[in-house]
Amino acid sequence: MKIRTIVELLNGKVACGEERLDEEYDYAFASDLMSDILTLGDNNPVIMTGLCTVQTIRTCEMGNLDVIIFVRKKKPTPEMIELAKDNDMVLIECDYSMFKTSGILYSNGMLPVY
Amino acid sequence: MHLEFTVIENDFVNAGSASSSIKKTLKQLAVNPSIIKRVVVALYEAEVNAIAHAYGGVITADIDADKIIMKVIDKGPGIPDIEWAMQEGNSTASPEVRDMGFGAGMGLPNIKKNVDRLNVSSTVGVGTTVEMEVNLG
Repeated sequence: MKIRTIVELLNGKVACGEERLDEEYDYAFASDLMSDILTLGDNNPVIMTGLCTVQTIRTCEMGNLDVIIFVRKKKPTPEMIELAKDNDMVLIECDYSMFKTSGILYSNGMLPVY
Repeated sequence: MHLEFTVIENDFVNAGSASSSIKKTLKQLAVNPSIIKRVVVALYEAEVNAIAHAYGGVITADIDADKIIMKVIDKGPGIPDIEWAMQEGNSTASPEVRDMGFGAGMGLPNIKKNVDRLNVSSTVGVGTTVEMEVNLG
């Protein structure tokens, strides 16, 4: 699924990485636990999280995860956006709950990591 | 190549900066991306541990053509029971650390999963040294 489609389905707002919206992603993973995110393999899922801190960006950087959807109306800070830009990431803001966000992406064909 | 970084207690804003720097170096050296991921995930877990649980310390990385050897040497308080700490789910993390998405007791087991050789030594009251080696070839 194109990142652009994900943004449209979630009625989201792109905080950075607009130039990458035509890239395709097949998998998605939802967690507020950074330790969980660090155990993911190599299939490069889109991350959905309500944990909105600099460590979210750092953790995704270490895991080679470069598309992050912040759910529950969480907004990344300018410092987070700066760090995300340095790492060529796409940050998306979404007002929906984690459950609703996951449900929309799952029912539109995004695949679970496990 | 020898790299060295200082880790400061509770400095969560900069947690990951050493791992990030080593990731960039390995990229420049054209190391396989899957191996880079294993190296930096392990190092990042250890770096966060040193910031969250210890009174700061030092991270060193020695890179040659075949391998990277990383050491995270902290200044205490030390781990009384390393075997207990190595088991998934065991953690002494503070509520503050848990609020940041860590402290689930998955750090040391995840380090073990990602490295080729691991040695954790600790003396209560002195400090902990986590030595990790990953083959780059």
